[in-house]
This record gives sequence, C-alpha cells and structure tokens, in this order.
Amino acid sequence: MSTRLSTGGRLIDRTAPQGFTFNGRPMRGYKGDTLAAALLANDQMLMGRSFKYHRPRGVVASGVEEPNALMNLGTGARLEPNQRATTTELFDGLIAASQNHWPSLDFDIGFLNNHAARLLPAGFYYKTFIHPRAFWKHVFEPIIRQSAGLGKAPTELDADRYEQAYAFCDVLVAGGGIAGLNAALSAATAGQRVILMEQSAHWGGRAPVDGATVQGQAAESWIAATLATLAAMPNVTLRLRTTVAGVYDHGYVLADERIADHTPGDGRPRQRLWRLRCGQIIAATGAIERPLAFAGNDIPGVMLASAVRDYVVNWAVSPGDRTVVVTNNDDAYLTAIALKEAGLEVPAILDARATATGDLPSRARAMGIRVETGKAIAKVKGGKRVTGVSVCVQAGEGAVLHDIACDAVAMSGGWSPVVHLYSHCGGKVVWNDALAAFVPDTARPPINHDGRPMVVCVGAAAGHFAADAVSPGGGVGTDGAISRDANPAQAIQPVWVMPQGAGIKLRSKMWLDYQNDVKVSDVQLAAREGYESVEHTKRYTTLGMATDQGKLSNINGLAVLAAALDVTIPQVGTTTFRPPYTPVTLGALAGEARGEIFQPLRRTPMHEIHEKAGAYFEPVGLWRRPYCFAQQGESHADAVAREVNNTRQAVGLLDASTLGKIVVKGPDAGRFLDMLYTGVMSTLPVGKCRYGLMCNEQGFLSDDGVVARLSEDTWLCHTTSGGADRIHGWMEDWLQCEWWDWQVYTANLTEQYAQIAVVGPNARKLLQDLGGMDVSREALPFMGWAEGSLAGFPVRVYRISFSGELSYEIAVPASHGAAFWAACVTAGKPYGAMPYGTEALHVMRAEKGFIMIGDETDGTVIPQDLGLGWAISKKKADYLGKRGQERTYLANPDRWTLVGFETLDGSVIPDGAYVITDGTNANGQRNTQGRVTSTYHSPTLNRGIAMGLLLHGTKRLGEVVQFNTVSGGTVSAKVVDPVFVDKDGVKQNV
Amino acid sequence: MLTLECPYCGIMADETELSPGYEAHLKRYGPGSTDAEFEAYMFARKNPKGVHFERWRHAYGCGKWFLAARCTATLEVFGTYPAQTSGPPPHIIAAIKARRPGWEAGQ
Repeated sequence: MSTRLSTGGRLIDRTAPQGFTFNGRPMRGYKGDTLAAALLANDQMLMGRSFKYHRPRGVVASGVEEPNALMNLGTGARLEPNQRATTTELFDGLIAASQNHWPSLDFDIGFLNNHAARLLPAGFYYKTFIHPRAFWKHVFEPIIRQSAGLGKAPTELDADRYEQAYAFCDVLVAGGGIAGLNAALSAATAGQRVILMEQSAHWGGRAPVDGATVQGQAAESWIAATLATLAAMPNVTLRLRTTVAGVYDHGYVLADERIADHTPGDGRPRQRLWRLRCGQIIAATGAIERPLAFAGNDIPGVMLASAVRDYVVNWAVSPGDRTVVVTNNDDAYLTAIALKEAGLEVPAILDARATATGDLPSRARAMGIRVETGKAIAKVKGGKRVTGVSVCVQAGEGAVLHDIACDAVAMSGGWSPVVHLYSHCGGKVVWNDALAAFVPDTARPPINHDGRPMVVCVGAAAGHFAADAVSPGGGVGTDGAISRDANPAQAIQPVWVMPQGAGIKLRSKMWLDYQNDVKVSDVQLAAREGYESVEHTKRYTTLGMATDQGKLSNINGLAVLAAALDVTIPQVGTTTFRPPYTPVTLGALAGEARGEIFQPLRRTPMHEIHEKAGAYFEPVGLWRRPYCFAQQGESHADAVAREVNNTRQAVGLLDASTLGKIVVKGPDAGRFLDMLYTGVMSTLPVGKCRYGLMCNEQGFLSDDGVVARLSEDTWLCHTTSGGADRIHGWMEDWLQCEWWDWQVYTANLTEQYAQIAVVGPNARKLLQDLGGMDVSREALPFMGWAEGSLAGFPVRVYRISFSGELSYEIAVPASHGAAFWAACVTAGKPYGAMPYGTEALHVMRAEKGFIMIGDETDGTVIPQDLGLGWAISKKKADYLGKRGQERTYLANPDRWTLVGFETLDGSVIPDGAYVITDGTNANGQRNTQGRVTSTYHSPTLNRGIAMGLLLHGTKRLGEVVQFNTVSGGTVSAKVVDPVFVDKDGVKQNV
Repeated sequence: MLTLECPYCGIMADETELSPGYEAHLKRYGPGSTDAEFEAYMFARKNPKGVHFERWRHAYGCGKWFLAARCTATLEVFGTYPAQTSGPPPHIIAAIKARRPGWEAGQ
C-alpha cells in the first residue's frame, strides 16, 4: 500500500483539496501535489505499461527523469500524450489516463509479449522482419504499426495558444537549487544582467529535502533569504517552471516556460518559448540518481531512493509500509532515515560495499536500522507490486540467503551529474573514478564567439554534491573554488550488475532502460554480436532512445557494455547529448505562427478587389495571386477556359504586380547588365524593351524577364514573381564582392508599383477610352515603352506580351493600383473586359511556346536546351554562365531539347510524364528519352498541348513518341514545334 | 545560431539576420580558363576543421556582404571585415595567430 501520511509534506497545502480522475476513477489530492504524488497517495502505484513487453510499471522517480509514469493528460482539444506524472502539477479537475495498454491498465493483452521475451531480444526487428520480403508489407508492418507508439495523438486542433519571447543577458543560470541561487547572486552582485530559470515550481532543489545546511544556515532559510535578495535586484529575472531545453551556438538558448499547464483555460498562453542570447550559461542543473541493475528492478514499488525521500518529505506520501533500501553509497541512507522519521519501517539497508562507516550509516544504525554490508538483491518478488526481496551476497552469483517481506524498494546506484547543457554545443565530459560518473571536462568546454567558455557547470552538475560546499561569491565562471571530494565519506563503490556474478536468468530480468525494455542481457548480447561502439549499441538495442532519452539508463548501459567488451567506461565513452533536455511541445515551438499568421503574406494593391470578385488564390512564394475568377456555377477549369477565350477574343486584365522590378543605375550599369544577362543590354535604346535570360555560373538558366532602358544610365529589370529578392541579392553579390569598383546602384522596387496587363484585341481601345496618351502602333510599337498618364493616373506603359496578344503592361505607383484597376474594369465593360488569373496566363504562354522558369527549368537546364540560343550573345567575351556552358557535358549534342507535343487522341499528357524508350535501366525501370515540362488543355485549340524536353528533339518533328501515364499505360504524341498559336506573331504585332 | 558583427553596422547580428555565402576569397575563372581551373573555382571548396574564411550577407539588415574569419570546430570568431578585399587584412591575420599560434595564412 502507498498512502498519505497524516502529518508533514513541505509542498502540499492540506486546506486545498483537489479532485482529479485517473482512467475515469475519481481521486483526491492536495494543492502542491504532483500527479505522481497524488496517485501514490491514492494507492495507485501501477501507472503504465512498458513499450515492448507491456510489463506493469510504477513510478520510479520524482522528477524529469521518470521513464514509466507517462500519461495522456486532458481531453479533446487539450489532450496531450506522454506527460510525466512526476512533473505534472495537480489541479482541480485534472483528467489523466495511462498509456500503452489494451483493454485496461490492470489487464493487458500485450503483456503476452512479456512471456515471449526470449523471442524478442535486442535487434529483434532487424533480424526477424527481413524474410520473406513480401511479409514486411503485408504481415509485419501492419502489426508493428498497430502496436507502435505510447500515447494517443490528439485529433482536435489545439485549444491553447503559445507565445515566444526574446531576452538577452550576461549570465543565464539554469537551475534554481542551492548552486544556481548562489551563482545568480554572485553574478548579480557583480553587476551582470542575470536570468535564473528553474524547471520545477519550487526554488531550492534537493537541499531542503535532504536537510542540508548552507553556509551555516538551514537550507530553507538560506534559500528564502537569497531569493529575497535576488528578487529585489533590478538586474535579475527569476522564472519558475522554465526548463532550459537547449544550448546552441554563441550563447543561443531555448527555454520552455509552462505558464498555464496547471491552470488550463485561464486565458493565459499555455507555454512560452524563450529565445535567449546569453554571454555565459551557468549550468546548475544538479544530478540524477541511477537505478541499480538487479532482477525485478522494474516491478512497481521499486523506486529511486531519492524519489522515495521526496515523496515522504515533500508530499507526505508513503510509498510502502516496509521499504528495503539497497545502495552502493552513503546518500541512500538519508532515505532510510527519512522513512524511519516518518514512522515507517525499514527492514534492512542492503549495502553492496564491504563496509559502511560514514556519518549517515552511523546515524541509521543508531536509529536501529539493520545494515547488511556486502549484500545485494538477488531478485524482487511480486508482479504488479513488490511483495519482498531475496537477499544474496554482492560478490556471488545470486544464491538466496534469506527473504525480506516488503512493499517497496528504494535503490541508489550513485548520482550522475546533469552535464547535458555543457555537452549540447560540444563541451566534453570526463570520467571521474571517485564519483563513478562523467563530469564536465573543464579543459574542453563549449566555446563562445569570443573564444571564452560558453557553459560552466556548478554544484552537483560539476560533481560537487554537498550543498555545504557552496561558498559565497563562488560559482561564476570558476570551478576551482569548490573541492571535488568535499564529502569523501559518501564514497561510492560502482555496482553495475547486482549481484556481480549473476547468471543469464537473473540478467534477463535486470532492466536498464525501463521505457524501451532494454535489459542487461540485451546490451551483453549486442556486445557479443560485435557492437563495440556505444552509438551503435544504443541504436541496436534502443537503449536511451525513449522519451526520457536515457536519463536513468545511459551510464548503467555503457558500464555494462564496457564490462562485456572488457574495456573501461572512458574507453567506451558516452553517447552525444542533444537538445532538448526534456521534450518541448510542438505548440511552443510553433508559437503564434499558426493559422492566418503562419507566415507573412504579400498582397498586391488590388488584392481586396480580387477577393470581392470571387478570386480563387494560389500561393506564389509569399504572394497570393488569383488563380482564376470563377463565376457562379463555374468549375475552375471552366473559368480558366472562359478567361483564355475572352482574352484571346476580347480583352483580359491581369494583376501582374508581383513581377519583380529592379532598377539598375549608374555609369557602369550597362556593362554590369551585359555580364548578368546572356544577351546584350548596353545597346538597348532608351524607350525600348528587350527579353533577357540570367544564368548561374554553372550555366544553368536561373531567371528571365523583360528589361526596359529608362534613361542613358538607368535600366529596369523585370524578374519572375518568385525571383525578385533572389535576383536582387545575386546582383548585389557580384557588385559588392567581385566588381566592387564598378559604379552601379540597384534598388528592388517590386512593391513600389502595381502593374496591370491589359491583353487582347480590344486592349488598345480600352486604353484609348481611358485617355491621356498616345498608345497607337506608331507611337508605342511592340517592345517599346512610354511614360504618360491614363485616366489621370501617372503610368509607364510597356508593350510586351506573354500571351501572344496585343498587350500593354501598365505600371502605376502602388498607391494608385486599386483605383487604376477599377478604372480599367469600368472602361473595359463595353469591350467585354474580364480579369484573368495565373492559370489562364500559363495556358496562354504555353500555347505560344513561351518558357516558364520552374516549369521548363529545374536547375539542370541551359538556355540552349530550350531553343533560346537567339537570346545569347555570341559576341560577348564573357557573361555569368558562359564558361559553365562551354563544359563538354553542356555542349553535348545529345542533350534533351525543347519541343512541343500533341497527343494523337487530343488528351492531356499527365504532369511529370516521361517519354519512354526501349529497354530498362539497372533498377528495372523503363528507359527514358525525354519528359514533359508543361502540359495543359488548350481552350484555343480545344485539345491537349504540351512542351517538353526530348533527346535530339528539334530534329524529330513529326515523329510519334510514347509517354507513360499514371495508370500504367502509355499515350502517343506527335513531336511538333512548341509554338501552337499564331506562329508568326501577327496578333501581338498590331 | 551564430552571431557575427556586421562591419558596416557595427552591431552583433543574429544568424537569422544573415544569409550565408560560403567560402570567401575565391578567384573567378571565366571564359578562357582551363577545365581544371573552372572546376576548382566552381566546385572544389575548402572544408577545413579549423580556421576558415566565409562570406555572409547582412540580408535583413544593411544588405551588405561581409567576410568572416572563424573556426569551424569551436565556432570561435576571429573577426569580420568588408568584402571589398582579395585577402584577409593584417589585423584579422594577427587575431587568428594570437589564438591559433601554429596557423599560417594560405593553409
């Protein structure tokens, strides 16, 4: 039985009872309880089932290291799986459910795995599911998927909100125990900006539980006094319930603050993710007690000695009436003393060491507790609860000397300093024989940008376990102030297997990793099978790969591995610690970036008008552009066809504002553009436009667009909608880093102008009705531009066409965009003007055989592949990409080149289809000789049209080739010229 | 998440303000260069464990490109300097040698 004691409990408020449910059963606890403490107080020791064997598991720890007591918390929109009961603060109305069992926690079908444990050894998955090959997909995978995972994933949208905060400090102290408070005080007194973060809801760490004294005072009064001092200092920020989760480069730190986990729905954000930039990080992160590996060490009721002490002292919870303490160090004697002082029975302390002569053993003996030195647990008796232990000698093989009846076991295998934050960014750890633990190697710390150590460990995290050893003024960037063997009486004798000579039967019941069911025998098997690296063993056995990330299991596991390999622990080394220290919920990482503000959106000046017109938008980079303007009862395909036909027959309006617009100006601007574009821009007359291509240095086509020469020393370069920022950066790169003596200035004016394309046979009439400037063929010929006014708006009109129609692209200052669009719509009514979207734009450009960056190009295509040799200057000595295009592979006549395709049956070739050819490749896939790059239904021709790249394409006009289709068949298509409509350009040149 | 001082703004810029530009002090090889020269310029990048020179752009700040000397192993930064130079300036070389006595420029 576990139960609530009638007195004591330093953290609970007995005047504030809290009701909660566990697996639907109503229970009661007190304010200040953790969920684990409250469950124990209700005699609920069984809290979960293990992952692989579904063994019954009770709580083993009292803090973040807990591997067993994982809960589904909350319901519906506030359901969260895998929450540790030991760190969950109890509140009235809390709903908790245990995980990984069916149909119930007490009776679980999966527990059958336990009896098949001999058939499920380390590497079982790798060994078993290989053959026969077909079984994986049809037999093994469905079963494994069914049984995989611990908690239930929530199915509803998270009801809570999360926020992120940024902060800067000189010193961040992680951990609010004695060492952390002391370090914060020292740094703050020295005038530094200090942030102190503590993961739990209480300051002071373990010291008050252990009855420690600090600088001559009782721990509790020292903590209260120090906190009061810190709270009064303006340069100190204190945060409880905030875990320093990860340390990254140059003092960047992520910390997770749980604001309203214990007050759900109170209107505050549930969690706050801190993004900190710190001059130095002091890791006062304490230490974690290690379990001992004896047979049956996972039976509910077997707990860490420090956890037993915490439950008794902090929450007045008795884990059992009779608790056997088993240890290899002095510290666990504190637990025996605490139990005895609470009026509970300690039948024996089994100490694996030959002698125990320190202060604590003496105190325990004086209280009448039986201490059996040189002894060990041969095995724990019980199933869902401890009923007793069998005692043997540690030096032997497990022959039972006698049995002790008990209902709890408190074990201590020593303490492991929490060196995680020290290691996250490359700090090294070193094995300390006296402590039997890895401690920070102060000679190899993680380095900050200035070359100084970025993280310093203090207190137990540095291996200084005694609270008493904390000296005033110590703990800031210094490690030498505290002697490492401050408390030699607590000498530990490493015990990795108990008893040391245990046979296979016992070793198969000694758990190292509780959550993932990794046993001593599994690690030894891995060693026998040749796994010598700790990183390989970890992955093969899954040791330390559960949600607790091996906080309890890693050191024991690698000690067992070292023994099996007959090498020392430092030779085996440790696995890499990676952030986060404890799991951070995805909501906190996402913060406010969800829903409408998931990412910044770019909207053109006409966006609202398009919305009112019923536009269906598509993302283009961060832009939202109208895909089509479907009318009542129209499908999107219908709308696109109507928009194309209307534009070709009457007039269409396109919002082209997203087009990149970069001004390039200066005495050397022409020379610069001649390097940037494959063609010549320096000879372009003022008042004219020219189409240009840009390549990267490898020669591959990167962007295209129309360039207009605005004045003698000024050019305006249009880029693709998605390419504006990239191309502007590209220009700046060359100007700043290569040709920095050239006098050229660039400005990205993309958002300064709204741009409207007026396209179609009636386009000129529309503009003439707007009035204000001469837009005749003579005054403004094809590929010319002019400045003036239309309907009173200041405009720059470019006669360029991406559709093959008579077309004007008109730029107005962005602030006039909406009004000018409205004016065009009004003036266009008599001529049948309708807006069209990006899909109609694409269809019309494909009908004309115009390429689109990202469709016809994919970073492996050169302009020559696309029949764009005419846009490449043969005279220029150099341009970006010229040398790259001279490489033999790119100059090869066997490259795939651009052609058009017409299906024989008029159907549309599927996106991504390949032109197949005879034979298969080494992977048994059909050989290919080309692929489709753009494929549409053409409303103008009323048939499927496509462009694509084909081996020797331009020499094969008229040939019929076969495309593969999604359904597995083929479709026949004739190779044709890629210009399907108005080959001679009659329509655009009027 | 590095912090680098922008030599133009004089501020410590967070990596989120910066965009990387890979190895610094490359010499461009254009038309007329041999295949070996072009290959070395285009593809053969240094990847040292230790002192390295990199290009960075203060993309969400002043927009200027600058160069940084740093240690790829410890992430220690020896200094940043404007991009308009064909080699590391003497004060940067001196800062590196002060912390990496065995290091020689050109390594």
